[in-house]
Amino acid sequence: MRVMAQMAMVMNLDKCIGCHTCSVTCKQAWTNRTGVEYVWFNNVETRPGQGYPRRYEDQDTWEGGWKLNRRGRLTLKAGGRFKKLIGIFANPRLPSFDDYYEPWTYDYETLTNAPLQEHTPVARPKSLISGKDMKISWSANWDDSLGGSAATGEQDVLLREVSEKIKLEFEQTFLFFLPRICEHCLNPSCAASCPSGAIYKREEDGIVLVDQDRCRGWRMCVTGCPYKKVYFNHRTGKAEKCTFCFPRVEVGLPTVCSETCVGRLRYIGLVLYDADRVLDAASTPDDTGLYEAQREVFLDPHDPQVIAEAEKAGIPRDWIDAAQRSPIHALINTYKVALPLHPEYRTLPMVWYIPPLSPVLDAVRDTGHDAESHHNLFAAVDALRIPVDYLAQLFTAGDPAPVDAVLRRLAAMRSYMRDINLGREPNDTIPKSVGMSGEQIYDMYRLLALAKYDERYVIPPAHAEQAHKLEELATECSLDYEGGPGMGGAGRSPSGKGGGRRVGGSGPFGEASGGAAPIAVENYRALHDRQTSDTPSPHRQGQPRQPPQLGRQGLPTRPLPTQAVRRRP
Amino acid sequence: MTAPAQPLTLAVEAGTGGILLWVVLPYVVLAVFVLGHIWRYRYDKFGWTTRSSQLYESRLLRIGSPLFHFGILVVLIGHIGGLLIPKSWTEAVGMSEHTYHVSAVVLGTIAGVCTLGGLAILIYRRRTVGPVFSATTRNDKAMYVLLTATIVLGLAATVAANIVGGGYDYRETISPWFRSIFYLRPDPDLMTGAPILFQLHALSALLLFAAWPFTRLVHMLTAPLGYLTRPYIVYRSRDTQLGARAPRRGWERAGQGR
Repeated sequence: MRVMAQMAMVMNLDKCIGCHTCSVTCKQAWTNRTGVEYVWFNNVETRPGQGYPRRYEDQDTWEGGWKLNRRGRLTLKAGGRFKKLIGIFANPRLPSFDDYYEPWTYDYETLTNAPLQEHTPVARPKSLISGKDMKISWSANWDDSLGGSAATGEQDVLLREVSEKIKLEFEQTFLFFLPRICEHCLNPSCAASCPSGAIYKREEDGIVLVDQDRCRGWRMCVTGCPYKKVYFNHRTGKAEKCTFCFPRVEVGLPTVCSETCVGRLRYIGLVLYDADRVLDAASTPDDTGLYEAQREVFLDPHDPQVIAEAEKAGIPRDWIDAAQRSPIHALINTYKVALPLHPEYRTLPMVWYIPPLSPVLDAVRDTGHDAESHHNLFAAVDALRIPVDYLAQLFTAGDPAPVDAVLRRLAAMRSYMRDINLGREPNDTIPKSVGMSGEQIYDMYRLLALAKYDERYVIPPAHAEQAHKLEELATECSLDYEGGPGMGGAGRSPSGKGGGRRVGGSGPFGEASGGAAPIAVENYRALHDRQTSDTPSPHRQGQPRQPPQLGRQGLPTRPLPTQAVRRRP
Repeated sequence: MTAPAQPLTLAVEAGTGGILLWVVLPYVVLAVFVLGHIWRYRYDKFGWTTRSSQLYESRLLRIGSPLFHFGILVVLIGHIGGLLIPKSWTEAVGMSEHTYHVSAVVLGTIAGVCTLGGLAILIYRRRTVGPVFSATTRNDKAMYVLLTATIVLGLAATVAANIVGGGYDYRETISPWFRSIFYLRPDPDLMTGAPILFQLHALSALLLFAAWPFTRLVHMLTAPLGYLTRPYIVYRSRDTQLGARAPRRGWERAGQGR
């Protein structure tokens, strides 16, 4: 057993409203530069839809990921080392701007510079590639919310795989949103495809990065990644990809896309896995077995043997604690509601998804039946092959059984919690019918519906706090020292964090004298406290979330916290 | 079949000009080439890339680039065989001058034409495809001039020598001169008698090598041959160095100092 830690993400698709805030903030943070105008480290796709780049899931065309060769050994789908080097002078499988989209800006200057004329001047779109006028005909998000799907919907790669019936019933369509970032795979085929060895997986947290000093721009990683999440910067001639916001994660902050997610649908946490079992899992003969095989690679962070091995492997104690509190571990292995995206690519992706129940709910609701009743929902999950088969194409290589099981669990949670919320007697047969206890259902509900910042993001800081402090020299106020003139007078930080550090806002004559603290200073302080505190969350300090399967002593058999109950008068 | 030396040469005897061209210049170029690469690697690792333009245009590139690159690789192998391996060695293994010459001319001409054809396609593409042209720097243009001149002159020298002069045995003059530079016993007399086209080819190549470390051609030195042997997945530890800057001497963390 070789224990390694992996920073991973789970997204709850039921909550995604497709607002693209994650994409926009990510773009502002990372790809707001020339050369990467067309690049979205985070993008949100409408499903059914083509995705970005167009039809990236069609691996017959793009040859991304791994496959098993005739002897059952794992090989790169686009060919091995020798074939890569032979084809290095012109990559035959590189998506073009036509597949992504040609980035553009508008000629805003005309609006102010145009001479007086009869008609209002128009800012025409200009290509950011050629600088010429262009007709905008595609983008990363062209078929948003099924816009234009009548014309392009048939192009969805997954619809090719599912039954004819789905294609016919496409008119009565369902839709959901799929936010995507780099999967930070356990078996990254981009790294394996890089001739220079510039793409590497970090030992500490498993984040996959491109060493910009070693990348020579051979472009094989773009082909190698089946999710098409490595991009070529056409200005610098280097590959770039999602970094899992490592500078933030290292100090215990969630990624920008998670932090700004309006629906709070993203969860970040650690997973411990056995690196020795990765190759075996990726070589599972049957595509549909890959989901289970990958779950087998993950280790139980509560197992004393795993803890001992992790300590031997040099994983710090607070990281093991974080792995025990990890919402990712809970969603993947405890509640088993999260599924990997396209496990059939055999890269063992580490951004997992809770499939949406909403297509099923909507279908039931449309029939006029009670969409919260577990009888109706279970029956609908069994009957509604359209969303289930489609979701299976996304998450389980086409096997509907695991998707079925997840949707039933989510449906059970809905019905069970409705009884509790309405103050009715909870029906214990509902959890039983999906193989869970009422308490587990409740815990799952807590995690999915109520979990606060510190429960959704359990991110132990990297052990380079000193480095951060050293770097902060440049950004910290040089007048900000005990008794210094920089940060106001006698005030102390109200929470007592950071050793009762001074905060701004208090004048020389005690609290509330002088002017109000500038908002920027307060924000800066709050951020600074969060970045430099010893625990990811001061609120739950030293209170690991207990593993639900162990049960809790002293809790009522029916957990009825006041905020979850609306009692009738 | 050693042909008599052609009458038209740059310098009949190795006078000052000959020494400057065939002794001083090669050593200066060698120094610039080696030190330039070291300098570039130390200070511009980020700029060390192929600067591929495939994203802008791939139809022409797919034909031109492999044609050029494979052509120039064969040309490189030919030059190694012609310049580095002494005539006596090939004769020792029983290869007659005639056999050598014919195979060298045939292979060299095919490879040269491929290279030049590929280069023509690539230059045409670079000039006519808007985004590719606007991504072309002045450095690139200068490099293209030198590269094209060297290839054209080299091909012209071979063709002219074989069509007009019935062949020129550069292994009697140019090759020993080339090797003499590395023995540190440079002999400019060997070069002064060579035909003008060969001399010009050598000079333009020297200029190209001098410019090499400062152009995009550096990508050749990092041809990813290590890919054939390294493990597929690279694991690397987060930088042990704290922060973006190296600690100053005397401020290393305990246990990390040398």
